[in-house]
Amino acid sequence: MHQTTLKRTPLFERHQAAGAKIVPFAGWEMPVQYEGIRAEHQAVRTDAGVFDVSHMGEIETRGEEAEAFLQRILSNDVTKLAVGGAQYSLLTKPDGGVIDDLFTYRLAPDHYLTVTNASNHEKDLAWFIEQAREFPGAVVRDSAEDYAMLAVQGPRAREVVQAFADGPLPSRMTAGRRLLAGRSVLVAGTGYTGEDGVELLIDPADAPAIWDELLKRGATPVGLGARDTLRLEVCFHLYGNDLMEERDPIAAGLGWAVKEDTGFIGADVIAQTRAAGPAEKLVPFKLTEKGIARQGNAILSGGEEVGVVTSGTLSPSLDVGIGMGYVRPEFAAPGTALELDVRGKVRPAVVATKPLYPDEETDG
Amino acid sequence: MADASYPEDLLYHPEHDWAKIEGDVATFGVTWFAQDALGEVVYFDPPEVGTTVTKDEPYAEVESVKAVSDVFAPLSGEIIEVNTSLGDTPETINSDPYGDGWMVKVKLSDVSETDVLMDQATYLESLS
Repeated sequence: MHQTTLKRTPLFERHQAAGAKIVPFAGWEMPVQYEGIRAEHQAVRTDAGVFDVSHMGEIETRGEEAEAFLQRILSNDVTKLAVGGAQYSLLTKPDGGVIDDLFTYRLAPDHYLTVTNASNHEKDLAWFIEQAREFPGAVVRDSAEDYAMLAVQGPRAREVVQAFADGPLPSRMTAGRRLLAGRSVLVAGTGYTGEDGVELLIDPADAPAIWDELLKRGATPVGLGARDTLRLEVCFHLYGNDLMEERDPIAAGLGWAVKEDTGFIGADVIAQTRAAGPAEKLVPFKLTEKGIARQGNAILSGGEEVGVVTSGTLSPSLDVGIGMGYVRPEFAAPGTALELDVRGKVRPAVVATKPLYPDEETDG
Repeated sequence: MADASYPEDLLYHPEHDWAKIEGDVATFGVTWFAQDALGEVVYFDPPEVGTTVTKDEPYAEVESVKAVSDVFAPLSGEIIEVNTSLGDTPETINSDPYGDGWMVKVKLSDVSETDVLMDQATYLESLS
């Protein structure tokens, strides 16, 4: 193992001042919690929380072939993305395996901004650059150093941000520039918690001032610990846990973000998988007794191994163990009783419906 | 959450466990450092009375929101009492790690094992 220097976001000192516990994460020193995961989780569910997600990467694509290029590499239909819009998609290999999951914002007719997962940024960038060789009219640029990123999430999140914005905030799944406390910020109506809110892409030099404004208006600092419990309650995928190069979007339940008729890389293989049905399916589950399943635990049925847990935690909202895992399709129906091998102890669980929270039956 | 503290009357194990010795019986728990590193404890999986524990080996599991961790026995012996109240209120391990957050009482099989445990000053030094 060679030593690498961990990167710090422009808010590192703010995190220390707020009493954060700092941990290494994807090459960064990031706050995993401040006051405590439960309290921070609750702040996002009931009020407003702010996350520093500046570790996430950005790639900008410009030029007359920008749309055609992105249509070739992203799984969703990029031609449906209007200026000022946001779109979720996957980056897939020729065999359909998932390289990353991404949000892309169309900033101008020939200008797109794609947000990458921190742990995948270099890999994604290399893939973008390699594939762009066939599109001389598309220019790809690593913009990770140009942006700090904050997520403000919760029922009161918009109100908190609106209070120092120069105009109405972009609605859900749209994005646009606003002046926040006099500083130009790209505001997007997106998030990773299941709550309403916005994500802010900020000049790194401006990030501390924006952070201070948010805290002054009552937003609670929230760490990566609660970010994980919040996203898992609403069954949002985490790359490296629920998504990986060895599995495809159909098995992951992301067929809605995959438009094979656009001819993106991997579309033909994914179309076959969709038609034939995937060999396994990602399902949400709840434990029916005490215990918490974790990534890597075996999923059993009648003692036979039928799948594997890819994410597991205690749900602070429901106070039960929850998670997601890949199972053989015949065990994927909601209500199916399963057992989880939690370090040698068998814990009963049941396949649930998405989202796990709010706790009500929906068709997902 | 309580402030950092390491009582003088306890012995400490490098895996951040403490032992309070009363004759040939010891009470075990985890230190302030351990509970702080864990974060909010949400689940304690206790061993059973009568189980034999071995010094330096895990005898129970504590689980925080984020992760599960083994709890190591600072000394060897047989469990004679388990703090069953931690089943319903595992967060006591955070709020009172040396008091109501105790985990088990053990009848020691070899009291001389205490010789290799750290006193408060040595443990504090190991943390710095």
